[in-house]
Amino acid sequence: MQVRSSSMRASGVRAAPRAAPATGRAARRVSVAAAKEKKEIMMWEALREATDEEMERDPTVCVMGEDVGHYGGSYKVTYGLYKKYGDMRVLDTPICENGFMGMGVGAAMTGLRPIVEGMNMGFLLLAFNQISNNCGMLHYTSGGQFKVPMVIRGPGGVGRQLGAEHSQRLESYFQSIPGVQLVAVSTVANAKALLKSAIRSDNPIIFFEHVLLYNVKGTVHDGDYCQPLEKAELVREGTDVSIFTYSRMRYVVMQAVAELEKRGYNPEVIDLISLKPFDMETISNSIKKTRKALIVEECMKTGGIGASLSAVISESLFDELDHQVMRLSSQDVPTAYAYELEAATIVQPEQVVNAVEAMCSKVAARA
Amino acid sequence: MGAPSSGSRTMMASMTSQASARRASVRAAGPQRAALRVRAVATTAKKDVAPSATGKSAITPEAAKDVYYDMVLGREFEEMCAQMYYRGKMFGFVHLYSGQEAVSSGVIRLLRPDDHVCSTYRDHVHALSKGVPAREIMAELFGKATGCCRGQGGSMHIFSAKHGVLGGYAFIGEGIPVGVGAAFKSAYRRQVLGEESSDSVTVSFFGDGTCNVGQFYESLNMAALYKLPHIFVVENNKWAIGMNHPRATARTLGDEDPFIYKKGPAFGMPGVLVDGMDVLKVREVAQEAIARARRGDGPTLIEAETYRFRGHSLADPDELRSKEEKAKYAARDPIPQLKEYMLKSGLATEAEIKEIHDKVTAEVEDSVKFADESPKPDMSQLLENVFADPRGFGIAPDGRYRYEMPGFTTGTAQVS
Repeated sequence: MQVRSSSMRASGVRAAPRAAPATGRAARRVSVAAAKEKKEIMMWEALREATDEEMERDPTVCVMGEDVGHYGGSYKVTYGLYKKYGDMRVLDTPICENGFMGMGVGAAMTGLRPIVEGMNMGFLLLAFNQISNNCGMLHYTSGGQFKVPMVIRGPGGVGRQLGAEHSQRLESYFQSIPGVQLVAVSTVANAKALLKSAIRSDNPIIFFEHVLLYNVKGTVHDGDYCQPLEKAELVREGTDVSIFTYSRMRYVVMQAVAELEKRGYNPEVIDLISLKPFDMETISNSIKKTRKALIVEECMKTGGIGASLSAVISESLFDELDHQVMRLSSQDVPTAYAYELEAATIVQPEQVVNAVEAMCSKVAARA
Repeated sequence: MGAPSSGSRTMMASMTSQASARRASVRAAGPQRAALRVRAVATTAKKDVAPSATGKSAITPEAAKDVYYDMVLGREFEEMCAQMYYRGKMFGFVHLYSGQEAVSSGVIRLLRPDDHVCSTYRDHVHALSKGVPAREIMAELFGKATGCCRGQGGSMHIFSAKHGVLGGYAFIGEGIPVGVGAAFKSAYRRQVLGEESSDSVTVSFFGDGTCNVGQFYESLNMAALYKLPHIFVVENNKWAIGMNHPRATARTLGDEDPFIYKKGPAFGMPGVLVDGMDVLKVREVAQEAIARARRGDGPTLIEAETYRFRGHSLADPDELRSKEEKAKYAARDPIPQLKEYMLKSGLATEAEIKEIHDKVTAEVEDSVKFADESPKPDMSQLLENVFADPRGFGIAPDGRYRYEMPGFTTGTAQVS
């Protein structure tokens, strides 16, 4: 049974001060508008805009999930949309993840484009049957007769002392499922642009948001901009090392980068965006330049996104590397409730700094 | 208000299980609402006269012959599958429907082309009844490129977009929400897209074993809650591989048997028990359920008491079921039952019936010949249908999308 902890509702939904992370973390504005005076919005608003725009554009787009309608979504992504689109297009489901995920599949097969929300991505463990067997495989087993144009989205990742079950990283569990794409958003701009693309895609897209990023501020792209789902984002161009990351860890990495810059390093930072498939063009171009790869992720070390990426890099770019691929991942432990223990299970900026220094100095010493 | 009175009602009803077997009523929750009472055609006794008699005489000769043809086709096809399996033409897990034809024909022959059907792994005959050509299914079972799923699905995954067959599922229970989703789309067309005349229905078929899977209950709830045009048909053949129904399912309160149809009212829809060996009885119950759904009155749960003459699959030694039980149901074989009825009521002549059998034999033999002569799948099929949008395989180191690489169409490209 999923326990709806009040702390989960509180973070990012009602009480802003309690929810907004401390300085240096997700509250940091990384994407700042250029010369123009563009209005800054929060990530939940950007996701809401994307949903609203796509629903207006295409009447077959609909939303299904727990409390997405009258409650407005536990992270406000569908706030007020039921008033505009009605109870059927913004469907409040009972608590039955496997059931309503399957219902979304059937609706998708017969012509709708459902966006199915997991109130927390962890809850989708209950929908694993439908996601693996049906979302991922039906297009293939039906010989191409049916497509499943669904978006499965929701908040995941480690929050603020939410306890082990509400702090899960399902991207590593889902990554082996054939026939699905995994996308992780990190900024206001890419959140909106990627959600638009995901909704328009004919493939089933598992769309990872992060519990602590909903109040991140930034600007969105102009107009009807849709970002390609398969491309990674160059966050910072550099020469010393390629740091591959995604979701909230992007901010952890950039925090570390601020310190690394002071120490004279020039790291390249790439936000994977597409956790599956990997954008091998961006990844290999970067590694060929820096000859060092560091993966910084929030999922568990064992069987994580980094495990797959590390293997692919080692296999295909071995001769381009001066150092073994390094991974910084969460500990293979359940996320504890206590603050200090929780902080110890996930990657902190100091670890990133140390890893870069170690890699660069080791390579320099050999030279 | 609701709790005490409805509680005592339930107790009384369950004590008189005969009466309860004939009636399934829905009691609304709130005191202000009038009780929703739905007549249920529910009987396992062949002697029951009242509703079914009307149903039987109402069938036209054309409809009777259509249903007879369909049942014979289902039986001959499945028996041919057994032969082909033992001759090494089809492989893996093959689950045959022989004996249960009355349910498939009784329900599906009433449906329109724009209606949908969703099944489990015992899906060949549901697909045949819905109009999928025998050739396409046999070729699929032989693993050929001309199969309805290009040889990629197999026995447990029969799909047809053209004929509204939504699958074919290996994990029991996982197909039911999909069927509910198709019903959701039908209601959506009416309520959101404004297509007033949209009234297509979806029927999901599954067995007694499935009725203990959580998704069954989740689906019952959602279908009733959203008043979806979905019909749940339980083909209760008493056995889930080697688990006899009463060993796996608790008895409904006060009853000797675990009645599945009684779970319908608990979830807000009528539950109907029907003799699944009598195609005309099944047909009558299905007519009412389909009409209900088209009207917008919501779902129905139909429990059809039926039997599979063969084992769970062709790999099942079928040692647990008694000879007596098998003989009892063999005597109720739906096909000779209907034949006898048609001859007696003048719905068909001996000659017409023989013609049907000959046609079916020809159709089934043709399907085998077609499957035999069909080509095997090309290696291009390894990667082609994984994604509807092939960009899903991502971008290769040289900047091209992987599906643009030469090896993609020969199934040799590296895609990860």
